[in-house]
Amino acid sequence: MITTNTASRLLTAAALIVGIALPMVLSDFHVFQATQMMVYAIAILGLNLLTGYNGQISLGHGAFYAIGAYAAAILMARFELSYFVALPLAAIICFIVGFLFGLPALKLEGHYLALATFALALAVPQLLKYPAFEHWTGGVQGIFVNKPEAPFGIPLSTDHWLYYFTLAVTLLVFVLASNLLHGRVGRAITAIRDQPVAAEAMGINIALYKATTFGVSALYTGLAGGLSAIVIQFIAPDSFTMFLSIFLLVGLVIGGVGSIPGAFLGAAFIVITPNIASDISKAATGAVYGLLLITFVYLVPNGAWGALTVGWKRLAGMTRRS
Amino acid sequence: MQPLLQTRGLTAFYGSTQALFGVDITVQAGGITALLGANGAGKTTTLRAICGMIRIAGEISFDGNSIRGMPTESIVRLGIAHVPDGRGTFTDLTVEENLRLGGYLRPSHPELAADMERVFGYFPVLKQRLRQQAGTLSGGEQQMLAISRALMLRPRLMLLDEPSFGLAPLIVQEIFRIMRRINEEEKVSMLLVEQNAKLALDLADHAFLIETGKVVVAGKAADMINDEGVRRAYLGY
Amino acid sequence: MDLLIQQIFSGLATGSIYASLALALVMIFNSTNHINFAQGEMALISTYFAWTLIALGFPYWAAFPLTIVASFAFGVLVERLLIRSFHNAPHLSLVVVFIGLLLAFNALAGWIWGFLLKEFPSPVRNLNTGTPLIAAHELFVLCVTLGLLAVLYIFFRFTTLGLAMRAAALNPTSARLVGIRVGWMLALGWGLAGALGAVAGMLVAPIVYLDPSMMIGILLYAFASAMLGGLNNPAGAVAGGLIFGVVENLVGTYLIGHELKLTFALIVVIAVLLIRPAGLFGKVIVKRV
Repeated sequence: MITTNTASRLLTAAALIVGIALPMVLSDFHVFQATQMMVYAIAILGLNLLTGYNGQISLGHGAFYAIGAYAAAILMARFELSYFVALPLAAIICFIVGFLFGLPALKLEGHYLALATFALALAVPQLLKYPAFEHWTGGVQGIFVNKPEAPFGIPLSTDHWLYYFTLAVTLLVFVLASNLLHGRVGRAITAIRDQPVAAEAMGINIALYKATTFGVSALYTGLAGGLSAIVIQFIAPDSFTMFLSIFLLVGLVIGGVGSIPGAFLGAAFIVITPNIASDISKAATGAVYGLLLITFVYLVPNGAWGALTVGWKRLAGMTRRS
Repeated sequence: MQPLLQTRGLTAFYGSTQALFGVDITVQAGGITALLGANGAGKTTTLRAICGMIRIAGEISFDGNSIRGMPTESIVRLGIAHVPDGRGTFTDLTVEENLRLGGYLRPSHPELAADMERVFGYFPVLKQRLRQQAGTLSGGEQQMLAISRALMLRPRLMLLDEPSFGLAPLIVQEIFRIMRRINEEEKVSMLLVEQNAKLALDLADHAFLIETGKVVVAGKAADMINDEGVRRAYLGY
Repeated sequence: MDLLIQQIFSGLATGSIYASLALALVMIFNSTNHINFAQGEMALISTYFAWTLIALGFPYWAAFPLTIVASFAFGVLVERLLIRSFHNAPHLSLVVVFIGLLLAFNALAGWIWGFLLKEFPSPVRNLNTGTPLIAAHELFVLCVTLGLLAVLYIFFRFTTLGLAMRAAALNPTSARLVGIRVGWMLALGWGLAGALGAVAGMLVAPIVYLDPSMMIGILLYAFASAMLGGLNNPAGAVAGGLIFGVVENLVGTYLIGHELKLTFALIVVIAVLLIRPAGLFGKVIVKRV
């Protein structure tokens, strides 16, 4: 009998092997897409920590993604820091911003929190364009980042190097998140979502936990933003419209709210579906995309990962019976 | 004589927990039937099943026709008025609005006004509370409003779920007295769920006693009052 | 001084457009606790429908009511055919359905009617109010919105159907027990929301021109207005819209210029909500433990 724990380890190992082998069979464009997908998966994981596990909805995580991207780009382009230094610094900056935003947001719930975070998503691109900050942000023009070459003379093309670099970062942050969520802290975070009164009675400092979860969530999404700046080597305010925030939420729900591997499925959906939609109809891509989205939610209301686990359990049940 | 309401082999589930295990009850036209039993025996579930509020298996017929699987709104249209546990009044609306909603299925104005007067004949206090929010009424007044709301439907059968719940004994006596008047004057049949068995048996002519989702004793109310064994074992007085 | 009064009136006019769409959001929120993010795009489709009627030669005063009726039917259809199938879905999944609808309707509008700005007529464009303080269309917008509010008030307060809709929203179980078809009441709510959105679209189009991105910003303002006034209170939502419109206009004119006025207005709303979480006029819902 395979326990869930071993099953998930086997699955992780298999995914890792596929992940390492993938660039050898894919075209450069598809390697870039796969890199992009991992970046979104980290961002969705960040949103999931907050919305899925802690029950605080955010329609504005694109803002943290943008802040992470700008922080990394400014550190690299204006301060000429290496991306190895810029990336963690950008993540820490996002943690601080997220924590500070989380403090007043404590008093807001449900739709009100949705509005507050949505406002953040709208405000950040506007602030990035604001003339007074142009010296730092480059205004509407944005910032170019130097193409990061593989270090120590590793014989890899930049695209492949960025892929493996992103893969390593992804592996690291997913393992950290999994450990966090399966431990005492994770139980406290979900207890606050499900039973706030009981959680408080048990001595959990709700305010501190919620604000910290906001910070960690922003850290993850901001890290993803920073990675995207390195991967794409260019950022501008218009890459971070409110639709980015909305798509992150879409990815979360499609992948599976409250499931760690679901983030990859959600990320795959937001990277691949627009292409499918435009293949179906060039003229009405958005309409097709919207319909695909609705159909998907109709078929698997609890997300792709939820549907997969249910399917797997049925299959396992059937083989056991026969 | 054909009974007004009859259930055969009624079973019901809440999720995966079975709450009813084949309940057979009948309600005669014009009569008052009591459904007795301890907490959690399945009394409230039976009423909900009759009203189509939960999924069931088995057969329910009203006036000889099957009503199984019909939506609640349609069952109500046949003349079955349910006064649920917790009374089901619209606490944010006024007394008058609650009564108007009771007569929702017959919205003709003169008739509605006449029915309201008729209801005030039983519960005069409601007339003074007409513009008050239902949630601000006392417990007894809210129960009166709940019964009145059901009466506005001009029902043929009333399902009453513990009308005595949480009320002072004097008020309970008054309400039960008025229920008897309503039964006689309006010719409306009643299926009454009660924990207070003595109170219910005094009012009812037939009674069913259920335990863990099954009918264990059935018969005339008068016989049940006098049956020492039943009284000791199930009714506890 | 005159500039100030002018700005207040013009704020009231745009505010009342936010108010109509906010009312539409409240219609659906009240009975389902959902914010219909596609409300703005449904209004967009309605406005294009009206534009088409007028382009076909219908007079304004025929196109206006026809569009309202068609939008009502459109709202009912969307609920019956689509939203109803999701009534057991988790809350966040439904949010994604609304997002899907938003994208689909938006793209549909662009596909059918194109992305060029279209001029939408105002029935009072050539009239003169006799004062430079308020433009004719602004006055028209204000009157229509206040009229709508009065009609809704009468409908919900005095008609049996209005009462039944309120009952279905307050307590669906009890509503079924008096014979109300709760599912249809929800559909009617969607219909009313569709009609209200159509009015908002037809009122704003003469001011900003008609194009597929017209309603996105207004939806956000309506969302904020409804919360400012209280999501469960139609009159509060209208008040919220008017206040929002005026504050936004004054702040944009006198304080920080037009680039940041959206951001600033939202910060004001959030600040208010931090102090009064149920909105300025919303009913506080006490949570029982």
